[in-house]
Amino acid sequence: MTIRKDHEVHKRRGKTNMTLGIVLGAFVLLVFAITISKMVGEAQRVQSENATTQAE
Amino acid sequence: MTNQSYDAEFGDFFALLKPRVMSLVVFTAAVGLLVAPVSMNPVLAFSAVLFIALGAGASGALNMWWDADIDQIMKRTQGRPIPSGRVTPSNALIMGLWLSVLAVGMLGLTSNWVAAGLLAFTIFFYAVVYSMWLKRSTPQNIVIGGAAGAFPPMVGWAAATGGVSVESVLMFSLIFMWTPPHFWSLALFMNHDYSAAGVPMMTVTHGKPYTRKQILIYTILLAPVTLALAFTSIGGPVYFAAAVILSVGFLRGAWGLFQRSEDVATSDDYRAERGVFKFSLLYLFTLFFALLIEAALRGLNLTWGAWPVWI
Repeated sequence: MTIRKDHEVHKRRGKTNMTLGIVLGAFVLLVFAITISKMVGEAQRVQSENATTQAE
Repeated sequence: MTNQSYDAEFGDFFALLKPRVMSLVVFTAAVGLLVAPVSMNPVLAFSAVLFIALGAGASGALNMWWDADIDQIMKRTQGRPIPSGRVTPSNALIMGLWLSVLAVGMLGLTSNWVAAGLLAFTIFFYAVVYSMWLKRSTPQNIVIGGAAGAFPPMVGWAAATGGVSVESVLMFSLIFMWTPPHFWSLALFMNHDYSAAGVPMMTVTHGKPYTRKQILIYTILLAPVTLALAFTSIGGPVYFAAAVILSVGFLRGAWGLFQRSEDVATSDDYRAERGVFKFSLLYLFTLFFALLIEAALRGLNLTWGAWPVWI
């Protein structure tokens, strides 16, 4: 049973809001992926630096 | 359409980003990034290209906000979101400004601030220097405004390397010198629109025969830039072969346009002019694709050691 009726504006803009929601969600995922990539890259850099120092 | 009840849809806002221009930016920026001698994490490379494209889109929205009055007059642009009433001018302005900030900030965080600075300058150049200042005041608008379109590969290169080099300057110069003959050949058969809107296109202010001469001059100046790239660290025999063939083709086309009179051009409905315009698109696409092939060959260690790298 519906408790609340959607306002007319929500229906009218439903599709646009849904698309915008998906785009924002994708942006969040992208920022997360960037963060992981940068952390992995940084870890690799530190590791190779340590390896060079030890070799010396 | 002054329909009060119309709500802008997502697609209307997307159209403000000039998706067709953006696809060219994606391509040239991606090439600039991929041919750089630095291997990049694929997620970071993808993000960098995405943010460069977003910045270009933002400048497109700012351009459409500023140019709404002339877009309304020209047939080619009447259907754009603002002149057709689907998006309000202030919404376009707000979107353009915030997407610019987002694109520059995110590119700085993902890649580096040299690339972000170049992107910010590109947006400024297109929205302020070209749209607001030059487009309506001088027939050189296309020449100087072309710089905005020439920046993306340089930004891509900077995203990968963190700097500017002779290779990225030459990629910039290639698009910069290519833009005038590309646009003027279009203007030769789109003249009516520009004169009605009062945009000082060279065809309107100096006439078509003069424009034909300028197309030829720029095509001649373009050839050495195109060939020079072959002898940098990102060039090679594949690119060189493409550069020679395409340069000859472009020069022949420009020479053909130079020799045509307006009577002949009108009688066959600007067939040669349309041909040169299409060829110019093929020219740019193929050259950048050839740079990509050279990069792939280097990646596979299939380089020819004797190839001269002079620059």
